[in-house]
Amino acid sequence: MAKLDSSLKNMLLSLSLISFVASAVLAVSFSLTKEPILKAQLKKQQDAIQEVLPIKDAEIGKEVEIKLDGKPDAFIIYPAQKGDELVGAAVKTYSYDGYAGKIEVMVGLDKEGTISNYTVLAASETPGLGSKINDWFKTSKGSQDIRGKNPTKDNFIVKKDGGDFDAITASTISSRAFLSSVKSAFDAFKKYQEQK
Amino acid sequence: MNRFKILFNGILKENPIFVLLIGMCPTLATTTSAINGLGMGLSTTFVLICSNVVIAALKNVIPDNVRIPAFVIIIASFVTIVQLLMEAYVPALYASLGIYIPLIVVNCLILARAEAFANKNTVLNSMFDGIGMGLGFTLALTILGGVREMLGSGSIFNLKFIGDNDGILIFVLAPGAFITLGYLIALINRLSKKKS
Repeated sequence: MAKLDSSLKNMLLSLSLISFVASAVLAVSFSLTKEPILKAQLKKQQDAIQEVLPIKDAEIGKEVEIKLDGKPDAFIIYPAQKGDELVGAAVKTYSYDGYAGKIEVMVGLDKEGTISNYTVLAASETPGLGSKINDWFKTSKGSQDIRGKNPTKDNFIVKKDGGDFDAITASTISSRAFLSSVKSAFDAFKKYQEQK
Repeated sequence: MNRFKILFNGILKENPIFVLLIGMCPTLATTTSAINGLGMGLSTTFVLICSNVVIAALKNVIPDNVRIPAFVIIIASFVTIVQLLMEAYVPALYASLGIYIPLIVVNCLILARAEAFANKNTVLNSMFDGIGMGLGFTLALTILGGVREMLGSGSIFNLKFIGDNDGILIFVLAPGAFITLGYLIALINRLSKKKS
């Protein structure tokens, strides 16, 4: 078959046809992957909640959104219950002050507000520097571990600014943002408890 | 042309990264670790094979004057499919490569192979060219990512072999990509000169 020449009719026909087929293929693959994508996202969220909660076999209650003064978005509380008693919560928190914009963290607290664990959900901090927030604050070394610490007693600011925690080497900005997001999680949890 | 020759042409003689020096943006941006380089390389390989095959099959019905938009539509469709599949089935890889996947559309390696090879050759030859070029690209990205990960984070494929803060940070950052790439190209030029 000889190559089609570039007449207006041929060009229109060929481009329209290619676009049409491409859209059809994309529509099909979108509808096929829609469910697995939602499932993967949900699973990631559930895993994160289970990972950070202080008590492993607690029931996760209905999520509650809490607004704090001076913070643009709501914080999401996933209360953990045993029977009717509140035993802690996972809080989806964030900070916009990361070195590369927003960081999202899931923080687990027991009912006194003591941090049990955390996991970073989304961040685009510098690889090798700020990206260390993933593990840094749950490593027992110096005073960088936030697990078992409570914002009523400990000051969730980096040492450089007069707080209680070691910042990540060469990533003070990421560390500040991370610690402030944990502090917000605590504040949101306290507000949630007051409301209850 | 001999198919094996086409295959190895992409991997060695005309390696897209080390010899042709095309597709530099994803190369430099994503190779912070070996696994990221491998993931990016394989995604690009998949898109390259698919687009080469489809473009070779359609080359006679695409008039010359609209070939570039037609190629871009075809490539963009495959990239979107890869993105959806990755988000649905390998969310961990998607989390680290997510923002770079759409960049595959404008990876000049893919458009260059469409224009220079698939548009003039048979479907089967184009497939082999896609495989060869894709593997060459993957190989280069994995080596580059591996070297940067070893020097910068002290690990290879996420297996740590030195302490936490003992890596040479600059190799994980952008300048490290240029330095590593430069030395690798120098090394490969030296080796290939010796052979001839």
